[in-house]
Amino acid sequence: MTEDPVVTIYTPESPIRRPASFIREMAADLLASRELARRLFLRDLRAQYRHSLFGYLWMIVPPLMVSAPFIYLNSSGVMRMGETPIPYPAFAVVGTVIWQTFVDALNSPLRVMNASRAMLTRINFPREAILLSGLMQVACSFLVRLVLLAGVFAAFSLPVPSTAPLFLVGMVSVALTGLAIGVFLTPLGLLYGDVQQALPLASTFLMLLTPVLYPEPVSGFGATIAAINPLTPLVTTTREWLTMGPAEHVASFIAVSAATIVFLALGWIAYRLALPHLIARLGN
Amino acid sequence: MNDSSSPARSLSSGGERAAAGGPSSDVLVSVEGASKRFCRDLKRSLLYGLSDIAADLNPFKTGARDVALRDDEFWALRNVSCDLRRGECLGLIGRNGAGKTTLLKMLTGLIKPDTGRITIRGRVGALIALGAGFHPLLTGRENIYINGAVLGFTKREVDRQFDDIVDFAELREFIDTPVQNYSSGMQVRLGFAVAVRLIRPDVLILDEVIAVGDESFRSKCYQVVSDILGRCAVIFVSHSMAMINRLSTRVMVLSNGEAIFTGEPVAGIETYLRTIDGSDGIVHRSLGTGEAVIHRLALEDENGASVSDLHYSRPWRLCMDLTVSAAFTEYDVSVTFMSRAQELVAQCHSRANRQRLQHDGRRHRVEIAFDAQLLNPGRYWINIAVFDRSGTRHLCWEFGITQFTVVGPFIGSAPLQMLGSWHTTPLGTKSVVPSSSV
Repeated sequence: MTEDPVVTIYTPESPIRRPASFIREMAADLLASRELARRLFLRDLRAQYRHSLFGYLWMIVPPLMVSAPFIYLNSSGVMRMGETPIPYPAFAVVGTVIWQTFVDALNSPLRVMNASRAMLTRINFPREAILLSGLMQVACSFLVRLVLLAGVFAAFSLPVPSTAPLFLVGMVSVALTGLAIGVFLTPLGLLYGDVQQALPLASTFLMLLTPVLYPEPVSGFGATIAAINPLTPLVTTTREWLTMGPAEHVASFIAVSAATIVFLALGWIAYRLALPHLIARLGN
Repeated sequence: MNDSSSPARSLSSGGERAAAGGPSSDVLVSVEGASKRFCRDLKRSLLYGLSDIAADLNPFKTGARDVALRDDEFWALRNVSCDLRRGECLGLIGRNGAGKTTLLKMLTGLIKPDTGRITIRGRVGALIALGAGFHPLLTGRENIYINGAVLGFTKREVDRQFDDIVDFAELREFIDTPVQNYSSGMQVRLGFAVAVRLIRPDVLILDEVIAVGDESFRSKCYQVVSDILGRCAVIFVSHSMAMINRLSTRVMVLSNGEAIFTGEPVAGIETYLRTIDGSDGIVHRSLGTGEAVIHRLALEDENGASVSDLHYSRPWRLCMDLTVSAAFTEYDVSVTFMSRAQELVAQCHSRANRQRLQHDGRRHRVEIAFDAQLLNPGRYWINIAVFDRSGTRHLCWEFGITQFTVVGPFIGSAPLQMLGSWHTTPLGTKSVVPSSSV
């Protein structure tokens, strides 16, 4: 052994007391986790659809199932969704594709952590790999749903504006925002099942408070809610980039995205600090 | 890692060989006063977990952490210290819940110590949780790459060892079959092969996994692990005393989280056997019809003293006072010896010894003298059955009636350690060195 050996030290003190080495370790683990993340992602993808008749088609079902009732209610006149710049069905499908990516990203950390529980409590591997594989699944589902969007655009003969590539930037921001919240909830969610119970309910509620299936209200109580809801600029801007061209709330979009990056970094730190304690409490 | 910036919060006072001026460079593993507390109550445990996380998250918190036990907590590991050099193998023994797994988890960095400090130089390889990440629906081939990635190896590194792994696991014809169709033995074989063919550790952590698969695979595992052993520092948990004795250069005995002994293997194993009380799953039960009663039972050494420790190869006696119903003029006695795993390892039967045991219906004494105690050093339980002459009626059947320890200067790998007379004779004539072709 001629090479200088790596020295690893475990002490009770919090690693953030030595920020320089803590950040170095975070970066090193993130780099080291790419191969494992790819493997875990491919494993879950292959296994999930290997015994399924419709396979990847299942990825486009959630946004369709969410938008279909609203499209029906709107077209039958039971519930008026307001004036939309493009035909309502297209508006609703684009909105739910964006929203579903947010929800997928929000749920992914806790979902993949729970699925990898046995591995987590027995083997030390770069913990970022699990989060990364979850994010890859979110991205994969989104890419498949692009086919759905293409179909909708073709069906309604919608023009694709020059800002359409910015739609992908918007989607990254939407996904990272979901991920950041999900990562923050993970330590609590691993200890207490309540989080997993509450997440689907909370995300449905949140969807109805966000202009996903209806245009942003311009007056009244709805306008106030939309204005203070940080998800509003994310969803509306991303949708406008794809369907209309230059968007209205770009400044708030950038502000929310910047906050997301900070929030995600903090969540990542909390996740790393929490894991040894979580494993000690989860047992085998 | 900047080692010097964080002064060791060493609490090692009771630990052996506490490092005074920092561990020397050939020490690969250094544990100094490591402790870990766990909570008995789940709800509380989760709350404590949250409060520990909050404490770690607080960047302004300085000074020593509070390490007193909170309500419902106990020390899963208390102030444990040891140093380990390359080529050394530390056997960890102790009853279930003694803290062995907790120590291993701290060494692999899965959980943090509550006090103390653990320093590891070099790469850590663990043969624990074989086949981690296996997905039952995927083929053996796919799972080899997944398991390899979990252990931290790239596709190219796994590619290089792929054939070796498949051959070692003896699964070539099933490699493209989903793992869910493998038997459990086959799955473990594959997991073991991946780990053992890929890891090149400086510090190896072994958790009872050498005993996987059938007998022939087991000996192969033992062989390959022995090859790795010399190259690294090994920490090894097993309940097999024979395995501990064969592999360890030192033994640490854990009891209720504390290291009650660290040192030479045979002495450590004896210490461990002494810590096991009779409640180890074997409970004295009286079966049988009650037509015979054992009033007193004693084991005596060669000086006639009543003892619970018998020395290997020394003479000893079993004495019992009993009463048998006058309805039976003759009876037979069977004494069986049982290991901790409740396996019968030896027997002494009056009929096999061509004895006719007779009595007059009153209390009397039976003594069985043995020339030498031949059982492998370890702990044993005694069952005694008294039969009528037909051998079908249990007049008395005492299961686990007493226990004793055989002590000796070695621990063998079979329950019976025969004594032979050994001679070597020079044969004079031509010396032929046996060659492999013979």
